[in-house]
Amino acid sequence: MNTALENCMEFVGDDDVIILIEDGVYAAAAKTAKSNLVERILNKNKVFALQADLRARGIESLIESVDTVGYEIFVDLIEQHTTQSWL
Amino acid sequence: MSDSDNIAPAKKVMIVVRRAPHGTIYVHEALEVMLIVAAYNMEVSVVFIDDGVYALKKGQDTSGLGTKAFMSAFRTLVDWEVENVYVDKSALEARSMDINQLTEIGVDDDTDELIMPKTLSARKIYDLMQQQDSILSF
Repeated sequence: MNTALENCMEFVGDDDVIILIEDGVYAAAAKTAKSNLVERILNKNKVFALQADLRARGIESLIESVDTVGYEIFVDLIEQHTTQSWL
Repeated sequence: MSDSDNIAPAKKVMIVVRRAPHGTIYVHEALEVMLIVAAYNMEVSVVFIDDGVYALKKGQDTSGLGTKAFMSAFRTLVDWEVENVYVDKSALEARSMDINQLTEIGVDDDTDELIMPKTLSARKIYDLMQQQDSILSF
C-alpha cells in the first residue's frame, strides 16, 4: 500500500483541502485499512475524490462525508488554493 | 528413447500482480504477459496480492479517463488457457472486499456457470511460489 496520504497528513493545515485523484481515490472507499486515517483527516479538513477515477476503479461505497467532484470543480479547487501534489 | 522423452516438461511461470490497475501501466503489462506466456507451452498461474486485487474488481468504467478499457480481458482469461488465477484473501479483507466483488475469469462452456478466481491465504501463495520455475512480478 502507498503511504502518500500518511505523509500528506503530517503537513496538512487547517484551511487545506485534500482531493484524492488517480489511485488516491482508493483511500475514499469505505471500510478499508485506510478508512480510519481518512476519517481522522475529515475531522479537520474537507476531502474530495475525483468522480472519473472512482468510476474507472469501480469504487461505489465511499466513506461518508467524502464528496465526489468532476474535473470542473477540481480545476476550481486548484484555482482557489496553492496546490501540492503527493505523488 | 522415444520422442516424448525429448520434450521438456512445461515450465511453471507465475505472474504476480501487486499494483492497482489504472494509475500506472504495470497491470496492463502484466495482462499482456499473461496472454503471451499462455500462448507457449508453459504452465501459467496468476496471483493478485496487495493493491493488485483491485485489478479484478467488478464494475470498472474507464470511459472518464480516456484510457484503453483493458480490464474486460480478465473476464476471458480461461479462454486463453489462463485458468490458475488466485487472489490473496487477506488483501481482499484489508480492502473490505470479498470474492463477490470480483469479476469472473471465464464462463464454463457446458454449464454456463461463471468461473471465479480462487482465494488463497498468503501461506498457500508462498507454497505455490516455491513450485515455480520463474516468477514475474508487476
